Amino acid sequence: MRPMHWAVIAALASAVWASFAYLSLDLGHLLTTEAQALMWNYVVSFFPPDLSGEYLVQIGQGTLETIAISAVGTALAAVFGMLLALPASGRYGTVARAVARLVLNFLRSIPELVWAALMVIAAGLGPFAGTLALAWHTTGVIGRLFAETLENAPAEPVQALQLSGCRPSLAFLYGTMPNVLPQFVAYSLYRWEINIRMAAILGVVGAGGLGQMLYFSLSLFHQQQAMTVILAMLVLVVLVDTASAWLRRAMTGG
Amino acid sequence: MSAAAAVWGPRDPSALPRAALTVLIIALLWPGFRLAEFDLAVLFDPRNRDTVGKFIGTFFPLATSADFLQLLLKSTLETLAIATAGMVIAMLVGCPLALFVTRSLSISRIGPGRGYILGRVLRLPARFALMLFRSIPEIVWALLFVRAVGLGPAAGLLAIGVAYGGMLGKVYSEILESGDVRPTTALLETGSGRFVAFFYGMWPAALPELVSYTVYRWECAVRASVIMGFVGAGGLGQQMELSMRMLNGGEVSTILLIFLLLVVLADTLSALLRKLTA
Repeated sequence: MRPMHWAVIAALASAVWASFAYLSLDLGHLLTTEAQALMWNYVVSFFPPDLSGEYLVQIGQGTLETIAISAVGTALAAVFGMLLALPASGRYGTVARAVARLVLNFLRSIPELVWAALMVIAAGLGPFAGTLALAWHTTGVIGRLFAETLENAPAEPVQALQLSGCRPSLAFLYGTMPNVLPQFVAYSLYRWEINIRMAAILGVVGAGGLGQMLYFSLSLFHQQQAMTVILAMLVLVVLVDTASAWLRRAMTGG
Repeated sequence: MSAAAAVWGPRDPSALPRAALTVLIIALLWPGFRLAEFDLAVLFDPRNRDTVGKFIGTFFPLATSADFLQLLLKSTLETLAIATAGMVIAMLVGCPLALFVTRSLSISRIGPGRGYILGRVLRLPARFALMLFRSIPEIVWALLFVRAVGLGPAAGLLAIGVAYGGMLGKVYSEILESGDVRPTTALLETGSGRFVAFFYGMWPAALPELVSYTVYRWECAVRASVIMGFVGAGGLGQQMELSMRMLNGGEVSTILLIFLLLVVLADTLSALLRKLTA
């Protein structure tokens, strides 16, 4: 095992060397006093953050918009994910299963931000593009998980209902759903939490919310306003983290 | 008894509460739809539909001119280089901070001697710095660095260095704390220094986990460096942004394909590395 380790270390070291060489950066330039003074001026220009009432109102609106984008995007994704999970769990045969899985994989493997850039082209600048972007990506993630949950759900309740003469659709609603619904809800809420964070930054490509405010203020060289937006993002993330930790503890009864 | 009552009435006692809950959720989401400017009509607006239709129409065939592919090869290599070099910077940021904030490695913690209070007080700003580095998303760091050092890979490199430095620092320190700290404590209490205690007390047991987390983060860094290109931080993302801006569908679909291949490649490589070093 020892020689193998050395080989790996050597390979890694050369990869690192090659990376720096390929980028041929002049990082030393960043350490000159002139560059550092410029950098320092840039950092200082962010302080103090703009806390005027007028701007705080705008920040509040941006925050609400961010939350709305994430909530609506996640809700749509939960619905679409459920619809795609039915064929993806193999209810309607192997072909439908393969096709649905392909669609889900496609939706999932394109990152939210790339979806957002595409949706800005389709729906124009603004929160609607962000909502659609989150909905597409999250549908892929949630749909796959729902499908797996459906596949792993116990078959006995459904069989019992069907053997006593229940229609398949009702057997699904009353035999399978009660077993899988808690997991669906829990997972959708978890994705919502992730999506709030995502919705805050999607705006950098023009998809609304706090990110768009940040992009605008930085483009206009209003660093103090940019600082306020960054602070709002931090507060939002911390609040969401705390709330979700608290909810999790409350719900698991710990 | 009507048919509806026969189905929903006596057989399902929880139908009403469930319906009420659904209505409540929709009522709560309703203002959200308005705030998010949800308007499907926009998508079917004739002018918009034309642009998008043309754009999607050009997705196939893929753009395969030799010039473009060469450009893509260059940006793909740049993306990989940003991720790899960025991870090195992240480790330069994260390792010292991790060693610093790890309580089990603190000498002043042992007794009520000199520096006991000072050590505790000094660890706080270090923890705060780690939190700040990782709580600001890497794309925001990228946006800030693009304005500080200009468009190009340097901004992406620094963004990954800072954001991932914060994550590495926190997780490294958690990994070190979660292992068996008794050897370290024993070493410290018999008078060895912090680094000796780390290398002989923690390093042997924690190394596989540290390596595996670092490799996993590298995998994330590859994805992140593509994304960061969208704000001008170099690599494949910057190329994708340019192609999108010019509504060149063929180029966009080619880049998307290469992005997916790159993610699979990073995945495989990281799995392989973790197996080799486990």
